[in-house]
Amino acid sequence: MNAYLFSILATAAIFILLALSLNIITGFAGQAMMGQAAFFGIGAYTAAIITTNGGNFWLALLCGMVVSGLFGAGLGVISMRLQADFLAITTIGINFVMVALFNNMKITGGSLGLTVSKPTVFGIKFGNREFFIMTTILIVILCLLIVKMKRSWFGMALASINNDAGAAASFGINVHKYQILTFIIGTSIAGLAGGIYAHRMGFIASSDFAFTVSIEILSMVVIGGIGTIRGPIVGGILLSFLPEVLRFADNYRSLVYGALLVLMVRFMPEGLIGINSPLVRLFTRLFKGQKSSEGGAA
Amino acid sequence: MFIQQLINALMIGSLYALTAMGATLIYGILGILDIANAGAYLIGAYLGYYVYTATGNIVLAFLAAIVLVGAGGVVLQRTIYSPILAKPRTLSIIPLVAAVGLFTMCSDAVRLICGPGTKAYNLKFPVDAFHIGNVTILPAWILIFALTAALLLILWFILNKTKLGLAWRASAEDPEISGVCGVNTHVSMALSYILGYGFAAAAGIMTGILYNSITPALGDVPSYKMLAIIVLGGLGNPLGTVVAGLLIGIAEVFLSVYTTLPIPKDAIAFVVLIIMLLIKPSGLFGQKNKV
Repeated sequence: MNAYLFSILATAAIFILLALSLNIITGFAGQAMMGQAAFFGIGAYTAAIITTNGGNFWLALLCGMVVSGLFGAGLGVISMRLQADFLAITTIGINFVMVALFNNMKITGGSLGLTVSKPTVFGIKFGNREFFIMTTILIVILCLLIVKMKRSWFGMALASINNDAGAAASFGINVHKYQILTFIIGTSIAGLAGGIYAHRMGFIASSDFAFTVSIEILSMVVIGGIGTIRGPIVGGILLSFLPEVLRFADNYRSLVYGALLVLMVRFMPEGLIGINSPLVRLFTRLFKGQKSSEGGAA
Repeated sequence: MFIQQLINALMIGSLYALTAMGATLIYGILGILDIANAGAYLIGAYLGYYVYTATGNIVLAFLAAIVLVGAGGVVLQRTIYSPILAKPRTLSIIPLVAAVGLFTMCSDAVRLICGPGTKAYNLKFPVDAFHIGNVTILPAWILIFALTAALLLILWFILNKTKLGLAWRASAEDPEISGVCGVNTHVSMALSYILGYGFAAAAGIMTGILYNSITPALGDVPSYKMLAIIVLGGLGNPLGTVVAGLLIGIAEVFLSVYTTLPIPKDAIAFVVLIIMLLIKPSGLFGQKNKV
């Protein structure tokens, strides 16, 4: 297979991981997170700083996850005090402040960015192909964990909080604990994606984690179908390959992108293959009997 | 020096207030965070530029931009926002996603149609800059101050002294009950968009005159800074927005002049916002149980 395809695939896989991580926070817990790229960046810079100082690649990924998760826990604590719209704006703010810090702090290389050498594991020098395989394995593991989580007490508690936090609390569910926990899980996965991204690219700068990136991740979740597992994956694949398909119309990319977002939200707010979307309903009607609960199960 | 900076800060702050006013009015009625307001600001600046260079009449430029952009706002409200709000939603930020999409489209459309380069208003004033002591006052500043004050006064008058304003306030308080009582909430929504987008367009032209340059990226910074300002002002509170706008203007100018910060000027609004939300989560002028 050619190298070009693998470079797109590796990026797509990283963004699918990000979309899945955001979906845990916004889709399952219903929290208005608009600054996922900030945590993506925290993970990326943490991991990059560790390997450039001679640390192990795996240790770097782990530290990226942990540091990002710690920041996420902080945000989770703040989020308890804020209503949905305030939280959305606060997370946008966090994104801008983090990018400003990345761009100005000495340890993050300032506006020059950081150069990261690609890791060698078991004698294999990691390239796009290896990163793609590794990220895909992580996506599969994450999906299995999410399926398991949704069927657990934790998943059900989240679903009830998402429906009505007040009612959930009256049933004895500790809303704050679960909200903070989802923030920690969602942001640490974003941090992991950041660590992988930094080593795959070999160079990171603050603009890689700008607010537009947060919007891109959110678009993947919304276009695919929020609150499902398949939605963010399909959304991630679509939006990663769209720029390649639209290459002939490179000049109009942002315009098309914006128009897609508006049209999706206006006419299909449940996403392409989200819960109860027209496509899913058509599918269930065609295969009624064999797969009758497709729409409801996911 | 201090007074000079204060004048500068108040002017920037009043422009912020005017830009954020549209988002405040829209949030007050529809309860959505409308980033596309910054698109109105951008398009207003460009429309004003083209009308001014074609006719040489700045008054006409202001009027054309305010009317056209305001009308465009009503069209957007009717075709995009209201239908989205009418559907049952799983997530509160869905309208915000639509607004982000609209704003992206606006910026890119302006870039494609008007070109990526900068354009200059080169507005000629009949008077020169004058000095009081060692304070310099430019005629553009007087224009901006006067016009901002006039627009905000008009807004205050409409909201507080007319039937239309009474209907607006009733709809903001409770759209359903006011609808039952015979208030036409559609008119209130349209009013929000006409005034909101119109004000944003005026603010865009004034920014263009103040810095004498407009680019397709003009709306990028206001798009998010506006959100910080309306939250500081207590979401949907017009008076709070004016105070918050001035406050951010003052904070930005004085912090960047008298201290060396590790963050750029444009991030200050959000630092102020985050600190304030931690102390008072409902905003400076927010009521506890609203939203």
